[in-house]
Amino acid sequence: MNLHILKIIVKTFILSLLALFALGILYWLLFASDWSWLPKYLPLLLKGLWLTLQLLVLSCVFGMLLAIPIGLVQVTGPPWLALLARWFCTLIRGTPLLIQVWLIYYGLGSLFPLIPELRQSFLWPVLREGFFYAVLAFTVSFAGYEGEIMRGAFLGVPRGELEAARAFGMSPWKVLTRVWFPRAVRLVLPTLAGETVLQLKATPLAFTVAVMDLMGVTTKIRQDTYRVFEPLMLLAVIYMCLTFLIVWGYGFVERKVPQKR
Amino acid sequence: MAEKPGFPEILAFGDTGYGDELAWGTLITLSIAMLAYAVGIFIGFIGAMGKLQGSPLTRNILTGYTTLVRAVPELVLILILYYAGSTALNLLLESLGFGSFAINGFVAAVFVLGFVQGAYSTEVLRGAIQAIPIGQIEAARAYGMSPLLEFRRVTLPAMLPFALPGLANLWLIVTKDTALIAVVGYAELALTTRQAAGNTKMYLTFFLVAGAIYLAISLVSQRCFGWLEKRVRRGQRTLN
Repeated sequence: MNLHILKIIVKTFILSLLALFALGILYWLLFASDWSWLPKYLPLLLKGLWLTLQLLVLSCVFGMLLAIPIGLVQVTGPPWLALLARWFCTLIRGTPLLIQVWLIYYGLGSLFPLIPELRQSFLWPVLREGFFYAVLAFTVSFAGYEGEIMRGAFLGVPRGELEAARAFGMSPWKVLTRVWFPRAVRLVLPTLAGETVLQLKATPLAFTVAVMDLMGVTTKIRQDTYRVFEPLMLLAVIYMCLTFLIVWGYGFVERKVPQKR
Repeated sequence: MAEKPGFPEILAFGDTGYGDELAWGTLITLSIAMLAYAVGIFIGFIGAMGKLQGSPLTRNILTGYTTLVRAVPELVLILILYYAGSTALNLLLESLGFGSFAINGFVAAVFVLGFVQGAYSTEVLRGAIQAIPIGQIEAARAYGMSPLLEFRRVTLPAMLPFALPGLANLWLIVTKDTALIAVVGYAELALTTRQAAGNTKMYLTFFLVAGAIYLAISLVSQRCFGWLEKRVRRGQRTLN
């Protein structure tokens, strides 16, 4: 019975703590918070949102395009290519994204100016921006994580279906585009939603290389106005909305794709 | 001007190289990761129990916690908790009559990362406990075991094989998430590396070295968890 009483005491304590916390936040929102900066910075925030979405979409699309061959060579490719792909995935998945971003921005960024032809080329304005390096780093990272997932997906397609496709006289390329790849995509669709959300949650790292995405804009607001919590709270809410949008979007696509085997 | 040290010498220990600074950063990174992991698993156990056996109110609160933490970027959460946590703690202490103080970056990092990890491990542990055949737990209750004994003798050993892959993943995530602490300005491995790189302008060298250290941590941990999983799975039937 002693345990029972203890449980009730602990529960009451935790609940009252939570209630106090909620009341504190409510009080702060109603009386102590200051949102007068919002109208002034709204255009900047929208621009930041646009950059964040660009980071997300570009890195997901290019990363996926890289991930498909990375997954494929691990299943059917020649041993040396498979080994190379596996090492790439291990390397990406074993190091923090922040280090990858900095390595590419500072490391690669310090090498490019040494090539004089590059400085004169039309690419130079792009190569000077942090945005380019952030997209590059996020793409490579996404490819590393998705390559591993695509490997599992390609392996997960039943052998009989591939053999049937071959028995119909399809060329290897046709087997891939008509049977293997569509089936593999259907297998990873539920996983892909979670991976896209993870990628969205990785994008604020871009602000460490001077990209004015949502996170960068928020940092600027914090430095300009000396308000700490309001911008961060708004940022959290925006990211939450984006997350739910992504989950909802994938759910929509998933319902459109026939699941019957 | 003195001659600049080159690639291998720059990593030497002592005044001339950055070897000792990097080693110290690695140590801090590892200790933050381990402590945050422990905090996360502790929260995870409580959360899993609450989600499985708690009242509807408890379950709703916990669902709110896990959803919220998993929907917001870790970096944003770390910034919010770091500032909000230290401000709230200072307010509380001042209202109680104590003076305010500066929060130790190390402690803050451990609790913030632990709080984030807790949400993920709640889900992992809840799934693992639910994967146990219910008959085994009912049998333990039928024997008249107390809840603690039941947990220690039946639930824990039966759930570990299901939980370990997820927990291993969480460990790999937390070792990499410690790098985010660099953004708040606490000198663990990532920030130490960046400072060293900035001082020497040898960006490529230093970030490659840091990457290699993180990779080594990941690879060694993977080995350890593989061995551990084999051990908790002993006595289990294999599929083939």
